[in-house]
Amino acid sequence: MISRNHLADIKTTNQVNIIRNGIVDIPMLQVLSPDGDIVSGATVPDIQEETARKMFDAMHYVRVLDERMVAAQRQGRISFYLACTGEEASTVGSAAALSDNDMIMSQYREQGALAFRGYTTKQFMNQMFSNKADPNKGRQMPIHYGDKPLNFMTISSPLGTQIPQAAGYAYGQKMAGKEAVTICYFGEGAASEGDFHAGVNMAAVLNCPAIFFCRNNGYAISTPAEEQFAGDGIASRGIGYGVPTLRVDGNDVLAVYQATRKARELALAENTPVLIEAMTYRLAAHSTSDDPTGYRSKEEEEAWSKKDPIARFEKWLSGKGWYDAPAYAKHLDTLRQEVLAELKLAEKVPVCDIDEIVEDVYDTPPWHLQEQRDQLKAHIAKYPGEYPKTAGGVK
Amino acid sequence: MTQMNLLQAINNALITAMTEDEKVMVFGEDVGHFGGVFRATSNLQEKFGKARCFNTPLTEQGIIGFANGLASQGSVPVAEIQFGDYIFPAFDQIVNETAKFRYRSGGQFSCGTLTIRTPYGGGIAGGHYHSQSPEAFFAHVPGMKIVIPRNPYQAKGLLLASIRDDNPVLFMEPKKLYRASVSEVPDEDYELPLGKADIVQEGKDITLLAWGAQVDIIKKAADMALEDGVSCEIIDLRSILPWDRATVCESVMRTGRLLINHEAPLTGGFASEIAASVQEQCFLYLEAPIARVCGLDTPYPLAHEKEYMPDELKTYEAIKRTMNY
Repeated sequence: MISRNHLADIKTTNQVNIIRNGIVDIPMLQVLSPDGDIVSGATVPDIQEETARKMFDAMHYVRVLDERMVAAQRQGRISFYLACTGEEASTVGSAAALSDNDMIMSQYREQGALAFRGYTTKQFMNQMFSNKADPNKGRQMPIHYGDKPLNFMTISSPLGTQIPQAAGYAYGQKMAGKEAVTICYFGEGAASEGDFHAGVNMAAVLNCPAIFFCRNNGYAISTPAEEQFAGDGIASRGIGYGVPTLRVDGNDVLAVYQATRKARELALAENTPVLIEAMTYRLAAHSTSDDPTGYRSKEEEEAWSKKDPIARFEKWLSGKGWYDAPAYAKHLDTLRQEVLAELKLAEKVPVCDIDEIVEDVYDTPPWHLQEQRDQLKAHIAKYPGEYPKTAGGVK
Repeated sequence: MTQMNLLQAINNALITAMTEDEKVMVFGEDVGHFGGVFRATSNLQEKFGKARCFNTPLTEQGIIGFANGLASQGSVPVAEIQFGDYIFPAFDQIVNETAKFRYRSGGQFSCGTLTIRTPYGGGIAGGHYHSQSPEAFFAHVPGMKIVIPRNPYQAKGLLLASIRDDNPVLFMEPKKLYRASVSEVPDEDYELPLGKADIVQEGKDITLLAWGAQVDIIKKAADMALEDGVSCEIIDLRSILPWDRATVCESVMRTGRLLINHEAPLTGGFASEIAASVQEQCFLYLEAPIARVCGLDTPYPLAHEKEYMPDELKTYEAIKRTMNY
């Protein structure tokens, strides 16, 4: 990128030269065509069978999880869920290109990345049932996962806040001499937040090895992308901030994998952020709290269903002889049973003891929190029937 | 011991912290080579290099977001917000992120190493965008600590304690005193306790409570009251959150009267919280209603700065009213 600061020589012109429609038309990298064939002239990433199978498994895993958990929410077993159906290639393909030492800071629709890292069904369930086995101690709504051993930062609901944080985290990794990057996921809607502009600009100026991965899935709840921004997507902004940028077909897992690997190499070699815009589509509703039929057409959904990232990858795997359809159908059945079994176990695990309500606000509870906890416990002890979840712990 | 003003004491504390721990990093708008608009970070970049003391782009939400990321990674960020009046773009990062990081992750991740330094308060002809005292906004945020020093000795000891404390601290510096307040400051490393008030002067008739630059104001009022034979106990609260209720209440139980002075507007100011707690704890010991001498419920005015300020005369009058209730 050319830095045109106040010290730079800038060419002059005697023409009133208003630039319209951007400077470049940013294409998107594609390796697999929507039919699952290798695009002519594309380089297939060097990918081992084991990695390819693991990616495929993670993509299927989250689709099964999504189906089950949306159903569980409908049954009233959990309060909320948020599916990533249609975006499995973006989240899994990018995570597969990372090292386990790389920090993942996600928005909330990246369970594919988490599953790829090795988060177990039991862990997913404990988080979603807010029980005492959840390392986040049941303090957040379902889908706000976080796991330090897997280098997966605990999710926060406010949109975009993780973007400047990723710049800072990556700067810290660099200062500590770690051979690691931070990947930061967000949607095209979140990219309208001030934190996006603050974070990407800071990462560029301060040379932070961070990958900003935008899932441009067409919708921010009900607001379509055309009502979100007028420019050439999110990628054009990377260019504006002096950040190496590429756009990728987000439903093509091989392209996402290849793009992210390249971004990681560049980030480490040059201490630079890289912006990736993955063009994809949220086949699911935003969350279990909305119904997409109110804001988009069946035809549009069907058109995107035909670009299903799982079907596309499956065809490529078949061609390689790495996919056995009957065996896989059996595997998916087992998976569905496992999810259901763990769900039933997790919903029976009690919530944390009431003492936890004041823990982790500070490193140790100060006097006022101790006082409030004691008053609360005395109150619960007086009306145990009204507080059945915790009354047992205050006798 | 060296004679230092408050800025030099802060600079000295930063040098001490950065020398001791290479994970300490200092950054914000203009804090690099220039040393900050008030020069609190003078020479740090020369001493410790550009990687550990640096300018940031002009974005408060970015500075605190970046600092949160650094803190959660294990570094020790000391982020400067150039004026307390400009902290509000970072309000979301502080309220929803800094303060909740540890809680929401069940203690897996935290921003405990973060210290946010910011100058606050009036008395410099700064009008309403260079004079505000926003401590009460942050006092409503579980997870934050808020610390305010009253002189150079306090500033060094409290800042070092804030940087090393395993909780995020908002360290608010009374900018009126930056060059005006000079005192002996130990050259060696020392810390003063967070969450602990300081009894500046003992007295028996009324307790006067303030923090930052207003401690000098209540001292002046106490001297005036002494001429009338009123003995004032003076307490510097030092930490707004968590605040030292025990020391304040113990004093009020002895004197039977309390006056709280702060620069920020009256309504919803931190004096309200103190008054509510003290009446709850000391109801039967109170000889008079708790007095609040505060800023007006207006934006901070420029031409009428003197009239706005809760100065020693207003404090003196309030002492008399409380004594004669």
